Amino acid sequence: MLDIMKGIFNNKEDVSSKDVAKERLRLVLVHDRIGVSPEIIEEMKEEMIEVISKYLDIDNDRIDMDLERQDNSVALIANIPVRRLKKKR
Amino acid sequence: MAGKAYVITSGKGGVGKTTTTANLGTGLAKLGKRVVLIDADIGLRNLDVVLGLENRIVYDIVDVVEGNCRLEQALIKDKRYSSLCLLPAAQTRDKTSVNPEQMVELTDQLREEFDYIIIDCPAGIEQGFKNAIAGADEAVVVTTPEVSAVRDADRIIGMLEAEGVHDPQLIINRVRIDMINRGDMMDIEDMIEILAIKLLGIVPEDEKIVVSTNKGEPVVLLENTRSGEAFWNITRRIEGEEVPLIDLEEGLLNKIKRLVGLR
Ligand SMILES: Nc1ncnc2c1ncn2[C@@H]1O[C@H](COP(=O)(O)OP(=O)(O)O)[C@@H](O)[C@H]1O
Ligand SMILES: [Mg+2]
Repeated sequence: MLDIMKGIFNNKEDVSSKDVAKERLRLVLVHDRIGVSPEIIEEMKEEMIEVISKYLDIDNDRIDMDLERQDNSVALIANIPVRRLKKKR
Repeated sequence: MAGKAYVITSGKGGVGKTTTTANLGTGLAKLGKRVVLIDADIGLRNLDVVLGLENRIVYDIVDVVEGNCRLEQALIKDKRYSSLCLLPAAQTRDKTSVNPEQMVELTDQLREEFDYIIIDCPAGIEQGFKNAIAGADEAVVVTTPEVSAVRDADRIIGMLEAEGVHDPQLIINRVRIDMINRGDMMDIEDMIEILAIKLLGIVPEDEKIVVSTNKGEPVVLLENTRSGEAFWNITRRIEGEEVPLIDLEEGLLNKIKRLVGLR
């Protein structure tokens, strides 16, 4: 068990710290630039999923929704796999 | 022709604004330009010490705006270059002793007499920052290759834009090639790409800077120092010369060549 854990930690150390820094920087800047915290984004995501689920049968496990930097602007990119249209109630 | 005002800013403290101001100012004076440096860090005066002029101060910037003296009386002549002057910060006052309108007035007055006005900005984004950028035509943003410093630089770039100071240029200070090569310091190109800003120069980490600050002699005047050479190149770029990036190391140089207009 201890060996397995060591293995996991060593693997993580293989990622050089500059790449860790770069990713952390990218993420923090995306949120800084639009002035919205990650928690609020998370909340918004859940509400959106709720709304979409009213009309579409979606694959909750494969939803991919995140803020992304595109040059000097930020976009909300969502990929929401749809299984089928929900029957009109 | 009226002089140009540059503000040297960063957001985060301790990344090298004052060092940059002293070296760029001295470098421009060495090129024969008439230069005035304004220490806008009111309450935390230190540009005077970096330049070795601390014993000559009689009046300061607050005395000027309050009318206790004429502007010329507060300007301190550099020891080495008679075309270089310092307008010192007040040490025992706070940032609210000067307002942005007064800074605009002051820089406009100085434009008549000098080719370059270089304003050393305090850390932070409060009143001191607003004062420092008020009269500026151009901005230089200084950062170190760390997440926190680059993050603050991004914030500052946004605020400069919002205040109408467009297209700032970036200096990355305290770069260590050994750490970059080990993968333990962010790549120059990544930082430039993330910040979407023009690179003005890269300054290596160099203990000569500490020694020169101890003596009150800007490193840009010392021959054969890497940081001095870096600041000299920055000076010439400000003057519009196309200067290749400092030859920090072959590999790094080749990688960043494409990025900095060495087309
Ligand atoms: N390239 C460098 N190498 C080594 N020390 C440096 C370098 N640049 C700045 N320093 C040191 O870092 C400290 C902070 O620099 P300073 O210019 O006062 O920063 P700021 O004005 O942004 O607060 C000073 O002690 C300075 O001598
Ligand atoms: Mg300073």
